[in-house]
Amino acid sequence: MATELTTESYIGHHLTNLTCGKTPDGWTCDPYMVDKMGFWAFHVDSLFWSILLGALFITIFRLGIPKSTDSAPSGLQNIVEMCIEFVNDNVQSLFGSVKNTLIAPLALTVFVWILFMNLMDLVPVDFLPVLAGHIAYIVAGDSVGWISSPESFYFKVVPTTDPNITLGMAFAIFVLTIYYSITVKGPKAFIAELTLHPFGKWLIPVNFILEMVNFIAKPISLGLRLFGNLYAGEMIFILIALMLFFGSIPIGIMGFGLHLVWALFHILIVALQAFIFMALTIAYLAMAHETEEH
Amino acid sequence: MELNVLAAGVTMGLASIGAGIGVGVLGSKFIEAAARQPELIPMLRGQFFLMMGLTDAVPMIGVGLGMYMLFAI
Repeated sequence: MATELTTESYIGHHLTNLTCGKTPDGWTCDPYMVDKMGFWAFHVDSLFWSILLGALFITIFRLGIPKSTDSAPSGLQNIVEMCIEFVNDNVQSLFGSVKNTLIAPLALTVFVWILFMNLMDLVPVDFLPVLAGHIAYIVAGDSVGWISSPESFYFKVVPTTDPNITLGMAFAIFVLTIYYSITVKGPKAFIAELTLHPFGKWLIPVNFILEMVNFIAKPISLGLRLFGNLYAGEMIFILIALMLFFGSIPIGIMGFGLHLVWALFHILIVALQAFIFMALTIAYLAMAHETEEH
Repeated sequence: MELNVLAAGVTMGLASIGAGIGVGVLGSKFIEAAARQPELIPMLRGQFFLMMGLTDAVPMIGVGLGMYMLFAI
């Protein structure tokens, strides 16, 4: 639908995912059918970018490992070694003496993958959505009814501004935490930790409720922290971009400067949030391995 | 007047107050510790940034949810 370009429609366009799902009439990606999709609705753009960036991570780190170690390390190998050493230091400082070969690779994957997904935030906000819209219009504009113009194709680029992605990652960590709590501590100690902790055995229901809140809050805050930071950052990029579109020329020039300043500041947030997600992943898994009594 | 604008403003404002106090206390303690033992600054800086990221996330979540109230609902 080629509607008039307003502030609300511009922001709304940038905050809507390309959703494909199953309606009573069959599978469709029509944005006007989202209400009828129910459970089987997929954010195809988030999935596409997250899987693509995951594949990029694996490819880069595979290429960074040399076949022979005779020669001096090249540029890419240095970067890969730096990443691995950085993650390894963090894991060792937080994890101590516990032997678990899953934690370090998991932490490395989490760190680099989230860093890549966050870095998509620094691509200019209109570039990829407009490009994708035009490609979709050229490829399928004649045959698919709902692509009536390039603007009717929604495309959200940064996967971590989609709460489904961040909460999905956080709950995957949560499941691992429960798994290690049960296998390392044993089910009895795990249940005892949840029920006997603050007030002793005479107030088990109160203990259980308090510990449960604590327990559930971990993955939710882990996922929402990443989502909130990146969503707010993306939102500010969109608002600055609005200045370029609807202001006068001086405001547009100021918007360019603001874009630069915010992008530079955002690099800090991008890296920091990836690091915090990794550090908390390690810390939660380390907590699941602690066996001593409180 | 639309109430979601007010709700977003209250969310962001209260979240920023909390984080402002938090980062202030954190920064003052960091500088205190750095002045007491300057040789620990590299280690302290790492911990400082980690904690600042954690504290900083609270108003950011507030801003995210506020924007969500304004534009997505």
